[in-house]
Amino acid sequence: MGMHENKISTVNKNHNPANATTPHVVTMIDAINMALHRAMESDPNVVVLGEDVATNGGVFRATVGLKERFGHKRVMDTPLAETLIAGISVGMAAQQLRPVAEIQFMGFIYATMEHIVSHAARLRNRTRGRLSCPMVLRAPYGGGIHAPEHHSESTEALFAHIPGIRVVIPSSPTRAYGLLLSAIEDPDPVIFLEPKRIYRMVKQEIYDDGIGLPLDTCYTLRQGEHITLISWGAMVHETLQAADLLQEQGISAEVIDVATISPLDIDTLVASVQKTRRCVIIQEAAKHCGVAAEICTSIQEQAFAELKAPIARVTGFDTPMPYLRRENIYMNSPQDIVTAALTTLEAL
Amino acid sequence: MQYTTLPYQQHCFINADGTAEAPLPKHLDAALLLKSYRTMVMIRTFDQRVVALQRTGQMGTYASCLGQEAIGTGIGLALGKNDLFLPYYRDQATQYLRDVPFHQQLQYWGGDEWGNHYSGTAVQDFPNSVPIATQVTHAAGVASAMKIRGEKRCALVTCGEGATSRGDFYEAMNLAGVWQLPMVMVVNNNQWAISVPRCIQTGAETFAQKAVAAGIEGFQVDGNDVSAVFDAVRYAVDKAHCSKGPTLIEAVSYRLGDHTTADDATRYRSHDEVNAAWQREPIKRLQTYLHTHQLWDEQQEQALLESCKQDVEKAVTEYLALPEQPVSDLFDYVFEELPAHLVKQKASAINKLAQAGGE
Repeated sequence: MGMHENKISTVNKNHNPANATTPHVVTMIDAINMALHRAMESDPNVVVLGEDVATNGGVFRATVGLKERFGHKRVMDTPLAETLIAGISVGMAAQQLRPVAEIQFMGFIYATMEHIVSHAARLRNRTRGRLSCPMVLRAPYGGGIHAPEHHSESTEALFAHIPGIRVVIPSSPTRAYGLLLSAIEDPDPVIFLEPKRIYRMVKQEIYDDGIGLPLDTCYTLRQGEHITLISWGAMVHETLQAADLLQEQGISAEVIDVATISPLDIDTLVASVQKTRRCVIIQEAAKHCGVAAEICTSIQEQAFAELKAPIARVTGFDTPMPYLRRENIYMNSPQDIVTAALTTLEAL
Repeated sequence: MQYTTLPYQQHCFINADGTAEAPLPKHLDAALLLKSYRTMVMIRTFDQRVVALQRTGQMGTYASCLGQEAIGTGIGLALGKNDLFLPYYRDQATQYLRDVPFHQQLQYWGGDEWGNHYSGTAVQDFPNSVPIATQVTHAAGVASAMKIRGEKRCALVTCGEGATSRGDFYEAMNLAGVWQLPMVMVVNNNQWAISVPRCIQTGAETFAQKAVAAGIEGFQVDGNDVSAVFDAVRYAVDKAHCSKGPTLIEAVSYRLGDHTTADDATRYRSHDEVNAAWQREPIKRLQTYLHTHQLWDEQQEQALLESCKQDVEKAVTEYLALPEQPVSDLFDYVFEELPAHLVKQKASAINKLAQAGGE
C-alpha cells in the first residue's frame, strides 16, 4: 500500500545513531551522494562504476568523494562504452557484488538495453533462482536544463514495459536518499532515473541514518477531496504548484508521487480515485504508450463505475524532444495542469 | 608450447591425419588423451541423438556441436572447478564436463528453464547466451568481481567467430586489456555464422589478431586438435590465475552440421567444402593417433560406443519422463519476492489452467 510522505520504513537495518541525530540540509544530488556513501560504507559488496564517476566525481557530482573514501577498486572509471557498463554490471551482480552503475545521461542508455532486457531482467527467472542480478543503473533524465540534444528525453516507459526490473524515480532529496538505498539493497535489478532538472532545485533536511524508503509503493504527498493528481519525477513539482493554484479556487487536490513506476502500486492510485472520483495524470514524457496510459487503463479497469469524468493526461508531445530553445514548449506548466484539472472537474 | 604473438600460425600437436611432428609434451599424457577421446565420442553420440529427437518432435530447436567437440572438451578439461564458464550455445562438451548432465541439457533445449539450474562445478556458471557476444561483457564483469576480491579464479567465455563483429566483443576485450582481467576468451571459429562465411565477417587475416588492438595476448590454435585446445586453455587459465592478464584464443574448426535444426546449410555451402572439412574433424585424428601409439584398440572402441549409447539413452529416458514445471514457476522467479500485480496474474494463470482441466 501507499506511503505518506512522513512515514518511514525500516528497510535498512544499518541505523547509525550519530548521523541520525545530525540533520543535513541538502539538495537531491547531495542526497544521492550521501546515499552512495552510506551504501558503500554499510556493504563492502557495493561498487560504483561508470564514465567519469571516480576521479572526476561524476559530471553532476553524484559520486564525488567516493573514490577518495573507498578506493579505485570499488569506484571505477570505465572506458566510454555504455553497453559494457551494463554488461559488466550483470557479470558483477551474478557474482554477488552490488554494482551501482551510472549512465551519464539517459539519452545514452539505449546501448544498455540488450543487457537490461535480455539479461538483467531475466537472469533470476531463466536460471530458476540460481543466479540473480542485484544491480542498479542510475541515469539523469528529463528536460528543462537547456542541455544539448539527446540530453533531455524522458523515456522511462521503455523500461517500465520490461518484466523483471524495477523502475524507480525520486522527486525530492528525501526520496532520492531513501529510494536509492532501497534500490541498492534490492535483490533484483533497478533502473534508477534521476530527474536532473530538480537535482539542485530544493533542499530538505535529511538524516543520514541509512534508512531506506519502500519501493513498489506510491507516496501520497497531499491529501485532497475533489481530484487526484498523479505524477512522478520532476513534474511532481509542477503538480504540487498546480494543487496550490487549485486550492486558491477552493478545489482540494490529492497529489500522489508514483515513485516506482514499475511494478506499479495501483492499489493506492485506485483507492485515491475511488475517493475523489476524478483524476489527472501528469508526465513529462511523450504521450503515446507512456506510463500515464498504463495508469489510466489500470484505474478505469478497477474504478470505472466511480469515475465522474474521463481521466485526463497532461504530457509532452509525440515529437522528438525539441532542442533547448524550444524545450519550454514541450514541458507543461502548473497552469497546464490546472487547466486539465478544471476541464475534468467541469465534466458531469 | 611457445606461442607467437602475431597470430598467423595455427598451433597444433596432432595433425589432421593423426600424426604428430614431435612427441607430445609430458602434460599431454595418455590419460588426458584417452579422457579427451572418450568425452568427444560421448558428446558426438549425444549430439546426434538430440538432432534425432528434434526430427521426431521431442525436442525444441537445437544447435549441434558436430565437428567442434575438441573445443568444448579441451576447455572443459583445462578449466578449473573454481573458475567460471560463460558459454555461447555449442558448449555441450564443456557443460557435460562441468556437471551439467545430459538430461539437464536436454531439458534446456527442450524448452524448460530448469535446464539452466546447474549444480556441481557449474553452480555459478552462466546459462547459454543466445544474444550473440553479450556473454563476453558478462565475463568481463565476472572477472572484475574476481579481481576486486583478489580471488585466484578466472572467467572463461566462448563465442563464435560471428560474435567478434559485435560491439560487446570489442568493448569487453578492451576492458580486459585496460583492467588486466583474469579472463580467457575462446573464439570458436567454425567458419560459418548461419549462412555468412568467415570472409564476410572480417577483413582481418585471423580473429586472434583482434587481441592486438586491445593490448592483450592472442593466438590461434587448431580447434580440431583437442590436445592443442587443452594446452592453450590451460596456459591462458594459469596465466589468469597468476594475474598476468587476459588471453584471446581463436580455435579454428568447422561447423559440420547445420546452424541449428531449423537451418539447411546445403542452401549456402557446397558438399565439397563440407567433405573437405570432414577430413580435418577432431575425433578421427585422435583415434588414429591413439591407435598408432597402441593406446587404443577396436575392442575398446566398440565398448566405448556401446557405453556412450547407453548413457545417452538413459539421459533421454530421464528427459522424456520429466514432468512439466508447475505454472507457478513462471511467476515465482521474476523477482525474489512476488510483487502484487504478479500475485494476481499468477492466481489467474493457475485458475485458467485448472478450468482447462490441467494440473
